[in-house]
Amino acid sequence: MGIRFTKEGFLTTIQDDGRYGYQSLGFSTNGVMDQLAMKHANLLVNNNNVKEAVLEMSIIGPSMTFEADMVIALTGADMSPKVNHKPVPLNKPLVIQAGDRLDLHAAKNGVYTYLAISGGFDIADTLNSKSTALHVGIGGFKGRAIQTGDYLPIRTSLKRTPVHWGLSSDVTSYIYDEKKVIHYIEGRQYDWFTDEAKAAIDEELFQLTPQSNRMGFRLTGPMLEHKETKQLLTEATTFGTIQVPPSGEAIILMADRQPTGGYPKIGQVIQDDLPKLSQIRPGQTFHFVRCTLEEAQQKMLEKERQLNRLQAAIQLKWKEWGHAHN
Amino acid sequence: MHNITYSPLSEQAIIVEFGDQWSVEIYEQILQLSKKLTLTPFPGFIEAVPAYTTLTIYYDLRISEPRSFSHLCRVIDSYFQQTDQHIKEPRTIAIPVCYDRTLGPDLDEVAQTNNLTIEKVIQLHTEPTYNVCFLGFSPGFPFLSGMNTSIATPRKSTPRKQVAAGSVGIAGVQTGVYPSPSPAGWQIIGRTPVSLLKLTEDPPTLLHPGDRVQFYSITKQQFDAWEEK
Repeated sequence: MGIRFTKEGFLTTIQDDGRYGYQSLGFSTNGVMDQLAMKHANLLVNNNNVKEAVLEMSIIGPSMTFEADMVIALTGADMSPKVNHKPVPLNKPLVIQAGDRLDLHAAKNGVYTYLAISGGFDIADTLNSKSTALHVGIGGFKGRAIQTGDYLPIRTSLKRTPVHWGLSSDVTSYIYDEKKVIHYIEGRQYDWFTDEAKAAIDEELFQLTPQSNRMGFRLTGPMLEHKETKQLLTEATTFGTIQVPPSGEAIILMADRQPTGGYPKIGQVIQDDLPKLSQIRPGQTFHFVRCTLEEAQQKMLEKERQLNRLQAAIQLKWKEWGHAHN
Repeated sequence: MHNITYSPLSEQAIIVEFGDQWSVEIYEQILQLSKKLTLTPFPGFIEAVPAYTTLTIYYDLRISEPRSFSHLCRVIDSYFQQTDQHIKEPRTIAIPVCYDRTLGPDLDEVAQTNNLTIEKVIQLHTEPTYNVCFLGFSPGFPFLSGMNTSIATPRKSTPRKQVAAGSVGIAGVQTGVYPSPSPAGWQIIGRTPVSLLKLTEDPPTLLHPGDRVQFYSITKQQFDAWEEK
């Protein structure tokens, strides 16, 4: 019971919300780039655990055939998905029959697309997580990216008739909006930077370079100069940390970052904007807007409440759907 | 306890700083706080990550009550009032190193920089018992303190694209071991045949913060024999 990959795509990996408890031993957390899209995908297929491991597909998606009946959902970037050569929508539960094939193509907007399966993938935890640690070769599917010919097992099959409900576009618009604004809070070394740097980060436009990946996003834009010449002693960094090496060009640390780093931190992208940031494509530009820690925390908790309401509503839909089958 | 400062790293992480310079006292305070948090975690506590002068505490904002930064600082502060945990005598782990030019291509540079013979460099590197301050850079990579400053050498001007697993290096006054093949800016003075990563075990690394490390010199023959085991 599972999925056979007929084309591997650019970079296709199994990820959940990340590996915690091992950063003090030097391990990266890994995990999905876009946590919101992962949660949306799991909600749509009625997985109680919104952090259940999903398939993360980047830039150019894979092709696969399904060897069981199942309900899946695709969220995140639009890779023009087709089931048996017919276009299918994102952000809806999709009913799949054994023998169906799914083809994904180049992302038209955003970078990362997620595929969740009702009941989840049948994959064991490695150090408390199913996330693939590509640099160490552990976790996920054999510790590596999916390759053509791989067979990925699933836990349960599920037979359903198609439904027509899905997520409303306002919860997914963060991927498609042309005007990108990324909020940040001041970093621990914010005052190590010149007044010009502090003004520039709030006023000027930044662009994502092609040297950006799951480890970090390299930006071009204004030079952010240090006023302090002292060396920072290596300390913890996290998802969204905006660090600035002596060159003055900012780097934002992403899902596969190292747990510690030695460059001064001018800021920290707020958790609520990490999904939007993750989906920015090389060449796209965006603005930073500074906010307070309290605002950032409120936004995060508000997003959590929205997700809980969404989950309650979708669980109700699934109940009705189940009755229709009895 | 007087120089402790708290700063947010993110909505769900606080960096506790114990001072602006590494010292044995700070190192022990970091290990104490880390141990107390692990033994009696506050609701929402996820993990604590030590570094030279800081301990970063990750927590789940949705679970931790109360939620404001200042309240959480007070929660962390209360751990300092607790009696210190007994920290058992640190483990000392002996690590064999083959200091041979073929495995330590920068031995000459380290010796020349410090006006020493290679034999003296090896003697000075194997003499101390090092503290494992923390692990970072890559899984299982130990940042060790206690190196004799007379073998301190600046990083390579051009980093190597790749060094072998087990490579032992010096960067400034730091020394460490690369557990896996990696790009490297450190001066490589030797290699250990012992694996610092135990990926099929939990915990998955040979060394942990708080451990001590003692290097000892082995010959190229011993090194080769070791690899054949």
